Amino acid sequence: MQASPLRDLVVGLFVLVGLGALVYLTFQVGGLSYRVPGGLVLYAAFDDIGGLKERSPVTISGVKVGQVAGIGLEPVMMQARVELDLDPSLELPVDTWARIRTSGVLGDQFVALDPGGEDDILSSGDTIEATESAISIEGLIGKFVNDAELEDE
Amino acid sequence: MNEAGVQIPGRPIETLGQRSLMLAVHLGRVARFFGQVLRVLVMPRYRVQRFVNGCFDAGVLSLPIICLSGLTVGAVLGLQGYYNLARFGAEGSLGAVVGLSLVRELGPVLTALLFTGRAASATAAEIASMVTTEQLDGLRMMSIDPVDFVISPKFLAMVVVMPLLNALFICFAFFGGYLIGVSYLGLDGGQYITSLEGAVDFENDIAGSVLKSLVFGVLVATVATYRGYTSEPTASGVSAATTGTVVVGSICVLLSDYAITALWGV
Repeated sequence: MQASPLRDLVVGLFVLVGLGALVYLTFQVGGLSYRVPGGLVLYAAFDDIGGLKERSPVTISGVKVGQVAGIGLEPVMMQARVELDLDPSLELPVDTWARIRTSGVLGDQFVALDPGGEDDILSSGDTIEATESAISIEGLIGKFVNDAELEDE
Repeated sequence: MNEAGVQIPGRPIETLGQRSLMLAVHLGRVARFFGQVLRVLVMPRYRVQRFVNGCFDAGVLSLPIICLSGLTVGAVLGLQGYYNLARFGAEGSLGAVVGLSLVRELGPVLTALLFTGRAASATAAEIASMVTTEQLDGLRMMSIDPVDFVISPKFLAMVVVMPLLNALFICFAFFGGYLIGVSYLGLDGGQYITSLEGAVDFENDIAGSVLKSLVFGVLVATVATYRGYTSEPTASGVSAATTGTVVVGSICVLLSDYAITALWGV
C-alpha cells in the first residue's frame, strides 16, 4: 500500500463528516449547551409535584425560559422544594405564580410561571410564594367518588 | 497442555477439564495479544500513513452499506412506529420513538454487526493470508514487529472509525424516518423533529451511544486482528479466521451490549 494523496483526502473528508454527525447529535439532538450556571435561580415549594422531573421545562405563556434544576424535600413543612434555573434577563414581580401543568397526551409536566403586577422584582435565591400543585387525576376521581357516596347516604 | 484437544473416550470429566483449561489458555492469549497491541500503539514510532490507510479500508469502504442500512432501518422504524403509535393516537411521538431506539440501541449494535461483516472479516482475511504467504515471517526476518507494523494500525483504525460510522448511521436513520413519517405518512415535520430532539438527551443517550460503539470497536478489532494473526497458514485457515471473526465478533457485540445496558442503563 503506497501513500496516495487522494486516499488521504477521502479519509480526511470521511473523518470530518463523521465528526460533523457526532457534533450534530451532541448539540442539536442531545441539546448539550455551553450555558454556564449562574442564571436566575428561584425556589418554589409545592404540596405535590406529580411527575415533575429535573430538566423539565419552565415556561411563561408557553415560551420556555428555563428548566427545573433540582428537586428536594423541605424538612420543616414537608413540602417539595423545586429549584428553577431561569434566563437571567427575566424581571419577575414578587407576586408571580408558579403552577405545575401537564402537556400532551403522555402527560409531560412542566412549571408555568404567571407574572404578577407588583413593582418589586424577584432576585436570585428568592422563593416564589404563590404556587399551585400538580393536579392528580386519581385524586380528583377519588374525591368525586367519595362525594357521590356521601350524597347517597 | 494437549493443544489438539484430543478427547479421551470414556472420561467425560477429564474432557470437560481439558476444555475449560483450553478456554482459559485461549482467553489469556487474547489478553496478552491485546496488551501487546496497546503497548506498540503507545510507543513510538507511530505508523500514521498505515493508520490512514486502515481508516480508508475500514471506514470509507464501509460507508455505502452503513448509509444505506441506516436509511432503510430509519424508514422501517418510521413505518412500524407510526402504525403502532396511531392505535393510541400518539403519532406525534414518532420522533421520540425513532430517536431513542436508534441512539440507545439500534445505531451502535447494527453498525457494529454490519462493520463486523464488512470490515472486520476483510481485515481478518487480509492478515490471515499474510500469515499463509509468510509475509509476517518476512517482516520478522527484517526485524520488524508485525504487531507494530501490520496489526496495530488496523486495530486503531477500526476503533476510531466505529463511533463515526455509528453517528452517520444514526443521522441517516433519522433522515429515513423523516422521509417516511413526514413525506409519506403526512406527519408534521416540525413535530417529528421537536419530539426527537426533546426525547434524546446528551448525558443519558448520546454519550451512552458513543461509549457503546467504542466498546464494540475495541471488541471487534481485537477479535478480527487476533483471529487473523493466529490463523493456520493454510487456505482453510484463512476461511476459518474470517468465519470465526464474524461469529465471535457478532456474539461479543450482542453480549456486551446486554452487559452495558444492564450495568449502566444506556
